[in-house]
Formats: sequence, structure tokens, C-alpha cells
Amino acid sequence: MTTTRRPPTRNEQLQQTILYPVDWLEERSGLVGGIRYFLFRKVPGDINWFQTLGSATLTAFIVQALTGSILAMYYKPDPNSAYPSIQHITNDVFAGWLVRGMHRWGASVFIILMFLHMGRVFLFGAYKYPRELNWIIGVLLLAMGLGEGFTGYLLPWDQTAYWATVVGINLNGTAPFLGPFIAQFLQGGTYINADTLPRFYAIHMLLIPGAIFALIGLHLYLVIRLGVTSPPWSKEAAGTGTMIPSQNGGRRGLTRPSTRRRSP
Amino acid sequence: MQPHDDHPHVPGPSLWPVGFAVGVVVLMIGLIVSWWIAGLGAIVALVFGFLWVRDLTVGTPLTHTPEVPPESPTGAAVPANVGAAAMAPASLSEERYPRSKFLEASTLGLGAVIGGIVTVPALGFMVGPPFLKQGQKERRLGPLSDFPEGRYVVATYTADPTQGVVSRRTAYVRANGLLDGQPSFSIISNHCAHLGCPVQPNGPLDQQNKKQHGEVTLIPTISIAGFGCPCHGGQYDTEGNRTSGPPVRALDRYSFAIRDGDLYIGTPFSVSHVEGTGKDATIHKWTFAYPGEHVDGLESWLYPIQPPH
Repeated sequence: MTTTRRPPTRNEQLQQTILYPVDWLEERSGLVGGIRYFLFRKVPGDINWFQTLGSATLTAFIVQALTGSILAMYYKPDPNSAYPSIQHITNDVFAGWLVRGMHRWGASVFIILMFLHMGRVFLFGAYKYPRELNWIIGVLLLAMGLGEGFTGYLLPWDQTAYWATVVGINLNGTAPFLGPFIAQFLQGGTYINADTLPRFYAIHMLLIPGAIFALIGLHLYLVIRLGVTSPPWSKEAAGTGTMIPSQNGGRRGLTRPSTRRRSP
Repeated sequence: MQPHDDHPHVPGPSLWPVGFAVGVVVLMIGLIVSWWIAGLGAIVALVFGFLWVRDLTVGTPLTHTPEVPPESPTGAAVPANVGAAAMAPASLSEERYPRSKFLEASTLGLGAVIGGIVTVPALGFMVGPPFLKQGQKERRLGPLSDFPEGRYVVATYTADPTQGVVSRRTAYVRANGLLDGQPSFSIISNHCAHLGCPVQPNGPLDQQNKKQHGEVTLIPTISIAGFGCPCHGGQYDTEGNRTSGPPVRALDRYSFAIRDGDLYIGTPFSVSHVEGTGKDATIHKWTFAYPGEHVDGLESWLYPIQPPH
């Protein structure tokens, strides 16, 4: 070995030392590359701010998950102590009013953002082939989000919460055929009873959030796999540059040529 | 084979879904407004739905069986998804049921068994209790002398003392005098037949004659014109018949028992309507159903099975 190596400068040595943990992680897991792949994807050049509504919704959900986890440290899901514990959080615990307010108003923000995101996807036609499955997963996420709103509304255990939930459960009860069973399952018996509040609490903070996390994972996987749609006014629409008209006159890759209007 | 069969399998554009959607909307509106409009909407939805489905099936070669090239020079040109050809062994000299296949199947099967053993009891624990050991126990309301004839008494009691305040219930109790030598009572539930809000007596209460027996509170009304619901405005007459608003039937009632001169409240049942008043009334009684469910007529077909209440 005769290659002479320049000794690293002080600056390079410093950089190496600082980046060593990152290199260590990258070498063993590939996580750094994976995160770069996830965050710094190529997107169409003419996308605009409307395409940030999805990540805004994700941020709103993360805020809900974090504030909800912290609220769970002080909240007591028991008919006799739920309302006093809510008062305790709001009036006594340091910054309790703030965290509870974030969770309470953040819930509305989450729902509103979900609908705006859905509207954007609809108006941009981003639900079309090959992204139909992601629309379906999004609809499931919407249902889960509304379920979070319904189950969370009972937890303050005041008059508004109680009677709104009575009405909500009985609304479920009027669904054809399975309605009475759904209502009885939700309230844990024929009437609202001592088990109803813990039941709603478990659904609100464990069952549905778990499903939402899983569905968000699928949602993002499909976004990464399929890429971001160009806006409808885009001049760089997918396939424009290399479009070859198919023999049937259809636009290749977007529609299946119809055989209906071609009867002899 | 069709040319360009690698194209995405999406149906061609069609306008029929618009008509279908309009039909469904008209049907929904009709369910609220009138049966004629609902029928009209159903017809529109059916016609356009049929056209839509026809559009989809005519546009794509659903009915045409794809031809599959023969797998081997000697094999017959049978579609791969039909008959025994789909499962034909590639070669008879190979092991019939290889070890790897067995291990694969046993791993998956064992996993399914373990998953089932864990999941089934947990699911049963979640779904079972709401439907088991339901039903109301009798509760003592007070001596018969506390219920003046012809006047409703607001009775508030604890249905299940082990559960505490959450099981506080209210019923409206009216003594109807003697019927065939036996005391007759009308006990009406305060759960609105619309969506379960608490109905209130439409009239003043006689707070001076309030009585307290343990956790049971009895407050006589002075003279009431019926019952009203504060949530969505449902109104009922003094027999609990719906007079206006969104409720779908009359107010539920309770059975009762009399023992040692005391009135006991029993199990609830649903009522479609009441003819007549007081002890001469004919009560059209049905098994207990949740608020908002029709118990008679065509709409009751939507609720064929009731869970054990």
C-alpha cells in the first residue's frame, strides 16, 4: 500500500465525530436513508398549498394523540369522578386548561381538515385510478375520526355530554336490523350504566386510535408508492410528454377503450 | 385477447350514476315527507342503477372468458381458472405434497389456532356483557296512599343501587282507581320515543307535598296537559300518545306490582298507542324497543330481532 492519505483536517474530524451516531444508525438500519426517501420525494413541479392539507390533517391527529395521552394522566373514567377530574384538569393542574383546550378545539380542527383534504382530493380528481384504494382508506379514516368525536364527547360527563350521547346512541339504535344491537353494544347494556363511560373511554383512547394509526400507515404507504397527483390544470400531466395515442383512440394509461360505441 | 389488455381496468365514463344519486336523494327525502315521493325515488334509483350496471358490464368484457395460452405443449387449452386444470400438478415425478408446503400450512394453521384462542374470549368479553344479565329488577316506589287518584306523581328512583347515581330513573305514576276491585296504575317512562331525552310534565309540580322514601323521591303534579320533550319538541297527551313532533310511537310504560300496600315498579314495555283514558284505556303493548324504533306498521319490519333487554 503506497497510497498517501492526507490527514483529515480539524473541521472534517469534527464533522465526522458529530455525524458518527447518525452513520452508526444508518449503517445498521438504513433508517436515515428511509426517512430521506419518505420526506424528500419527487413531486410534480406545479403542486400548490392545497396539497399540504393531508399533512396538516396528520399534524392535527398527532396533536390529538399527544394531548390526549397527557390528559389521560389526570382524567378518571368513572361516573362518580369523571366530572370532578375534568374540573381538576381545567382549574388546578398546571397548564391543564391549555392542554384540554388544545384537545377539545383540536378535535374540531382535525375533523374540518379531514373534510378539506377530502374536498381537495375530490376536486383535483386525485381519487382516480390508481389511487381508488387510498380514497377508500381515507373514507375509513373519516369514519374513525367521527367515531373519535362521538366517543370523546361523552368523557366530560356533564349534562350536554350525557344527553348528546343518549341521543347519539339512540340514533344508532334506529339503524335497520342491526341498530338495536349496535346501541346496546355501545352503551354496554339496555340503559346507560356504570360501564358506559369506561367503555367509551377505552374505545376513544385505545381501539379507534390504534385503527387510525394503522390506516394512516397504509394511507402514507400508498401515497409514497403512487406519488402525488398533478393539479388538474397542470401542463405536465402524467403521461403527456410521452403520450402515444392507442389504436382505439383512447388516452393510453388513463381509460380503457370502450367497445360499446364500436358496433359494426 | 383484447389489444392493450395491460390498460387499467377502469370503466368508461357514464352519466347514469348522477340519475342514480338523484333517485337515492329523492328516496331519502320521501322517507321523511311522503311514501309517494319515496316510491318515485326508488323507481328512479332502480332504473338508473340498472342502466349504470348495464353500462359497466357492456363496456368491459366481463362476459367474455379470457383465452389462456396452453401452459405446456401437451396441455389442453383450458382457461387457468376453470376445473382441474387450475390445480394440475406440473410434474408427476415431484413429491405430491412437499415438506415445505406442509410446514407452511402447519405454521399458518397453528398461528390461526393460537390467534383464535386469544381473540375469541377477548371479543366475547367485549361483546357479551351488554347482552347478558339484562332486565330490570322491581323497585319499591312507596305506599299506595302517596299516589292520589287521577294525578301524575313524578317518581325518581335508583334502578340499581350498586351502580349509584348513573342508574337514577324517572317515571310518571298515576293511580286510576279500582278496576275490577284491583288498584289500577299508569306508569309512564320519561324516555322520549324519539331519541330518548327526558320528557317533562306540561304543568306545575306540587312541591309542598314532595315525599322522600329512602332514595325514592315522589313529587305530585297539580294538573298537567301531557308531556313534552325539551330536546326536539316531541309532545304527548296524558296517556303518553304522541300528539306532535318527531316521536314514532307513544311513551313506554312499566308493569307494576302491589305488595303489602306498596307500589313496585316493574319491567318496561313499549306502546304503539293508547285508546281511551285511565283505567278504561286499551294499551297496545309491544316488547321493549329502543327510542326511535317503530313497533307497529311497515317500518317495524326494519327491526325484526330485538336484543335481550
